[in-house]
Amino acid sequence: MVDREWVSRVAKLSRLSLTEEEVNTFRKQLSDILHFVEQLNELDTSDVEPYIQESETTPMRDDKEKGSLDREEALKNAPQREGGFIVVPRIVEV
Amino acid sequence: MLWKKGICELADLISKGEVKPSEIVEAFAERFEETEEKIKAYITPTYEKAYNLAKKLDEKRPCGKLFGIPVAVKDNIVIKGERTTCASKILENFVSPYDATVIEKLKKEGALFLGKTNMDEFAMGSSTEYSAFFPTKNPWDTERVPGGSSGGSAAATAVMSAPIALGSDTGGSIRQPASFCGVIGIKPTYGRVSRYGLVAFASSLDQIGAFGRRTEDIALILEVISGYDEKDSTCANVKVPPYREEIKRDTKGIRIGLPTEFFEFDLQQEIKESFYSFVKELEKIGCKIEEISLPHVRYAIPAYYIIAPAEASSNLARYDGVKYGYRTKNYKNLSEMYAKTRDEGFGAEVKRRIMLGTFTLSAGYYDAYYLKAMKVRKLVYDDFLKAFKRVDVIACPTTPTLPFKLGERLENPIEMYLSDVFTVPVNLAGLPAISIPVNWVKGLPVGAQLIGKPWDEATLLKLSFVWEQIYPHYEKLPNL
Repeated sequence: MVDREWVSRVAKLSRLSLTEEEVNTFRKQLSDILHFVEQLNELDTSDVEPYIQESETTPMRDDKEKGSLDREEALKNAPQREGGFIVVPRIVEV
Repeated sequence: MLWKKGICELADLISKGEVKPSEIVEAFAERFEETEEKIKAYITPTYEKAYNLAKKLDEKRPCGKLFGIPVAVKDNIVIKGERTTCASKILENFVSPYDATVIEKLKKEGALFLGKTNMDEFAMGSSTEYSAFFPTKNPWDTERVPGGSSGGSAAATAVMSAPIALGSDTGGSIRQPASFCGVIGIKPTYGRVSRYGLVAFASSLDQIGAFGRRTEDIALILEVISGYDEKDSTCANVKVPPYREEIKRDTKGIRIGLPTEFFEFDLQQEIKESFYSFVKELEKIGCKIEEISLPHVRYAIPAYYIIAPAEASSNLARYDGVKYGYRTKNYKNLSEMYAKTRDEGFGAEVKRRIMLGTFTLSAGYYDAYYLKAMKVRKLVYDDFLKAFKRVDVIACPTTPTLPFKLGERLENPIEMYLSDVFTVPVNLAGLPAISIPVNWVKGLPVGAQLIGKPWDEATLLKLSFVWEQIYPHYEKLPNL
């Protein structure tokens, strides 16, 4: 199942532009890992409910507005900014 | 020598006015100078900042449980105004605008921060070799790995450049390095400690915990960092016991279960022998030992390597070069900016897991992989709960082998994954567990893992406390 085309398709879904070399290594490694996890099929789980965290101990909180970061703090880590905005490439052609 | 003391002892000296906070930070800074070159535990040391804050505390009257006590912090837990890199190029220059809840709690009690410790990138790994910056070395043999992913915190605690350190544990990332470095490491029950401000890897498995050399120190820091937090919707509103009092209670009659399945795994002879002599000692002091069965535990690693990457692929989608973090230099459009940013910013293991998770969650495959794994997770959980009807604690070795050599498992991901075979099932079931040093073989530490019922960290700490009276492992110091 895991061929070069598979790796390229999953890389695209993952938003990763892989090098030739990476495609080759990952093809082998991901194939091994998927083969390894397939041992779960030995188990019949048709009557099993999926796991969920016990929820009695985790109450909901009130949905109230609270303070947040000011603009300068929030933008401090942006890789490219201009006049209080984050700069990104154009996505709409005019 | 102040750096040899634990945090309870140091807090006591400060409260009596016998030692000043700045003297303590100075002692650990000197120890850092002596050891850091050889083990490389820190990504961002902040000893100087800690010293300056300690100087101010010198003038004040001690207040708070950790007044003037220095703590090292894994570099995936945010401290306001400090760099948090997750050992990744993609966050290399990220400075947090807020404090994690655990940091807020520590600050409130007067703690100081010695620095941010090295780790596998985004906590994905078992050797700290997947750090984008440099590997950390095992203090007992610098040709070997310290374990991971919290290898920096474990190594710093072992060489005593920090008396206590925070880590995070998703599949063994506290317990395995604690075992490899010869220190105590605890992963609390899922929901015991708030994850707010812990950079998310696999949210249903991640939990913050601590490294130390004395049980009372672990008890103290756990008292401080535990408790309900409305900023983390999975953090539980469960009473936090006074652990420092709890540890001194009687251990007679505690029932300890040994899962037969764990001993069917490939286990190094030295590990087996060390573990059984540890069990024999516990029996001598009145614990009752019996065999139990966890029939589905051998499916824990394959289930984990579906669940953890799936959650990771979703959590790591936020690193896109837009709002923070690294952005690629040359791109023609938005899609290319995302893809190149992520390819240049992430390391190989992170990419492997993102791709694995993206695939298992993609249309048409969800039921066969993720849903299947979550059902197996339920079977593993039920096994544990059934066993806990008969016993109070489950014991096993922490790792199947002694610390391995640097580079040894880098090319083979599955071999690396298997070093967590005893720790991963615990995360799947959300249980608390502790790793404690039980022996040294050929100069290398061996750890044992004690697994508790949900919310029962106290019993684990009690056993750890009684064990260090029998075997004072905290006196051991690596020769660097």
